[in-house]
Amino acid sequence: MSNTNQTAASAAPASILKAAEGKRRRNDLITFGIVIVVYAILEILMKTGLLSSHLKGLLVPMAYYAVVAVALNLCVGILGELSLGHAGFMCIGAFSSALFSQIFQNSMPAAPRFFLAFVIGVAVSALFGFLIGIPVLRLNGDYLAIVTLAFGEIIKNILNALYLGLDSRGFHASLQNVMALGLEPDGTVLVNGAMGITGTPHDSNFTIAIIVLLLSLLVVRNFIGSGQGRAVMSIRDNRIAAESIGINITKFKMTAFTISAAIAGAAGVLFSHNISTLQASSQYFGYNVSIMILVYVVLGGIGSIRGSVIAASVLYLLPELLRGLNKYRMLIYSIVLIVVMLINWAPKAVAKRDELLAGFRSGRKRKV
Amino acid sequence: MALLEVNNLCIQFGGLRAVDDFNLTIEKGELYGLIGPNGAGKTTVFNLLTGVYRPNEGIIRLDGEDITGHRTTEINRDGIARTFQNIRLFADMPVIDNVRAALGGQYHYSLFESLFHVGKYKATEQAMTERAMSLLAVFHLDQYAEVMASNLPYGQQRKLEIARAMATNPKLLLLDEPAAGMNPNETAELMDTIELIRDKFDITILLIEHDMKLVSGICEKLTVLNFGRVLAQGETKAVLSDPEVVKAYLGES
Amino acid sequence: MSFLTSFVNGLSLGSIYAIIALGYTMVYGIAKMLNFAHGDFIMVGSYIIFTFVSTLGLHPAVGVLVSIVLCTLLGVGTERIAYRPLRQAASPLAVLITAIGVSYLLENLALLIFGADTKSFTSIIPWSGITLAGGALRIQGVTIVTIALSVAILIALQFFVHRTKSGQAMLAVAQDKGAATLMGIDVNKTISLTFAIGSALAAVAGALLCSAYPSLTPYTGAMPGIKAFVAAVLGGIGSIPGAMIGGLVLGIVEILSRTYISSQLSDAIVFGILVVVLLVKPTGLLGKITQEKV
Repeated sequence: MSNTNQTAASAAPASILKAAEGKRRRNDLITFGIVIVVYAILEILMKTGLLSSHLKGLLVPMAYYAVVAVALNLCVGILGELSLGHAGFMCIGAFSSALFSQIFQNSMPAAPRFFLAFVIGVAVSALFGFLIGIPVLRLNGDYLAIVTLAFGEIIKNILNALYLGLDSRGFHASLQNVMALGLEPDGTVLVNGAMGITGTPHDSNFTIAIIVLLLSLLVVRNFIGSGQGRAVMSIRDNRIAAESIGINITKFKMTAFTISAAIAGAAGVLFSHNISTLQASSQYFGYNVSIMILVYVVLGGIGSIRGSVIAASVLYLLPELLRGLNKYRMLIYSIVLIVVMLINWAPKAVAKRDELLAGFRSGRKRKV
Repeated sequence: MALLEVNNLCIQFGGLRAVDDFNLTIEKGELYGLIGPNGAGKTTVFNLLTGVYRPNEGIIRLDGEDITGHRTTEINRDGIARTFQNIRLFADMPVIDNVRAALGGQYHYSLFESLFHVGKYKATEQAMTERAMSLLAVFHLDQYAEVMASNLPYGQQRKLEIARAMATNPKLLLLDEPAAGMNPNETAELMDTIELIRDKFDITILLIEHDMKLVSGICEKLTVLNFGRVLAQGETKAVLSDPEVVKAYLGES
Repeated sequence: MSFLTSFVNGLSLGSIYAIIALGYTMVYGIAKMLNFAHGDFIMVGSYIIFTFVSTLGLHPAVGVLVSIVLCTLLGVGTERIAYRPLRQAASPLAVLITAIGVSYLLENLALLIFGADTKSFTSIIPWSGITLAGGALRIQGVTIVTIALSVAILIALQFFVHRTKSGQAMLAVAQDKGAATLMGIDVNKTISLTFAIGSALAAVAGALLCSAYPSLTPYTGAMPGIKAFVAAVLGGIGSIPGAMIGGLVLGIVEILSRTYISSQLSDAIVFGILVVVLLVKPTGLLGKITQEKV
């Protein structure tokens, strides 16, 4: 330790800041670079027809799961609160934007329509994030986790039971059935209960999904490097100390949670504009999905947004690529998950690994 | 007018009166000590002054303004900052960000500017960083600016906590056992630092301490607390030679 | 369906939730970990009974007994292999993710062995039940057994925790592992015992659940597991009577809202109750509030 202190002390404070800034820059460059390079490679593969149609179909989902993982990492890593309801925010973004696109399907050109749908999806999810955040953020730890799970399930259930129609007299909503809407003959059913929304225009594609991913990366990285972000992290590290320096706990927790919900909503927009029938099914929006995203975040490294993107992409593709093993793929996946956790997190394993690494390093030094 | 005026402060936990009929007046610029045996209620007084607890009775006035019942966050804005007996840093943040977090109340830009790093973001951040660095320099912590707070040696962590509290620009600084766990050299250095900040920032300091050398060395006035009640109050020398204090605090010998 | 019939059905489902929640709350309260795989222990137990009773044709009592023994071993083994090494991990999320992995593993093993198709489970309680109020209220045998068993388990657990040495050790470990160690309590053994009890209860719950709702798939345990955890939180994590009350409230609300409001929305209502209760009382109905010392 005294060694590092001396080296630190010998450098001028200003240059320390500069070096750290440079390191952060390089880090950002790597993060954004990875996404762009991978995107370029996949695009080339697609253009040259080297990608199977099955794989092509996986690209947009891969990107939107990366986006939700970034959103959840903001919540878990930066805010420090475990949310198991992010699939719910994704669901809200998906439905609100799909609804808009469906209503204006024939009266607007695709590009501005998708742009507006995106804005609406993000805004509505942010609104719900805010509203749900008010009660949820009063809780702590696992209580908070289970309540976010509850909210996610409530959202899914209500959307499953929701019927919404539009006719010359305006909108009609019901939680019973289509008949209860009492639509005029000219009316159309927009949301058909568990059947969901059919025929949303296919407005999202891999390029758009990557742009959204880059945007969410940028926003989260910027937030972390801002005064608001530091306030949020200080609450995460020590709430009592944060209060003692005048930080408004509720305000900043709400801010981070709302942004996180908004980004999850953006992923939902990509989702709903990439699928012909949007249903609030457990397969896409149940708590299992929230848990799967949490797995991405933890394996990618809590607080590391680059890790989230890589883990989400790899882990999403992994079971799909293991399709050859068919029956065994999820089994292998679960065993890999358990083993990776044990190796990476068990204190004994970590100590052993550090020991090996230290031995390796010193061995290398001696050679030099 | 006194900077801090506390009248008849009481708090009860269950049946226990942790602090009872506590009175304290601190003039602007004073370096004031609060001493007493373990469990006398010293930290409870700090928690009352900073709004962690609400008093059952009594009034707290800061600079003439009644701040009784204000919440912790408000009280910091009213002008009281503190450190903690068991150090509470933002452990997973670099040293400079511990201070910048505390400067947040004085440097503003909108959420939009922070999400897209546009507008006032850059200029404000730069000003904030400069301010943080100059503050860290006072405590000789500037060379550790980018070190994680949890990786600092113990003595430096205590200093960082003071620097962070100072960043909120307080009128009154409360230090809860700043020398706890320090060796004599570190304590001597800390005494210099405390006197330095008092003079440099023109601030009033109230500190809890067990280290008698530090207390008698820098405190101008003292209050001795015993079983939640004031045992003695006044000039340091007079208080420390009070036979009651000697008996209660230093034990009968 | 009359109100009374619905209510009794709710009581029955609630009793099953309560039995699962009792196991959940003990594991959570003592090992301080959210065992996401707990619900899957129910499924494993049910498949074991299914195999022994429906496939091998053995007596249901044998099936249940074997299921309890194997589930206990499964619970203790899982804790030993997958959870214990992570107890001191830097992040509490590590063990949660591992539990999720165990949950995936069990579900996919079941899928591999038994296939995705729904198995129809033969009730282990052949008693057809009783008819009351001149035929207006028919109560099935399994309902009566379920309710009675949950009460018996509650009493037994209360007695065990408060009156036996092992139970006292559990309370000590729940409060402070370090202090418990200093008092000479074997923390590992105590946590193993907790897992044993929790997993045995899951096996019992599986037998009752599949007797009342006789369709068995690899995902049978997942939702009841989550709901039982909700019940445990509702009642106040770590509180044994709380888990019982939480389970009953959840079961009754679920069945009544399914009957009178909407089967689509019943889950939303169940989760809504949790939200409302935690807003009023952030530590659940019988939970204790602990404040951080400054």
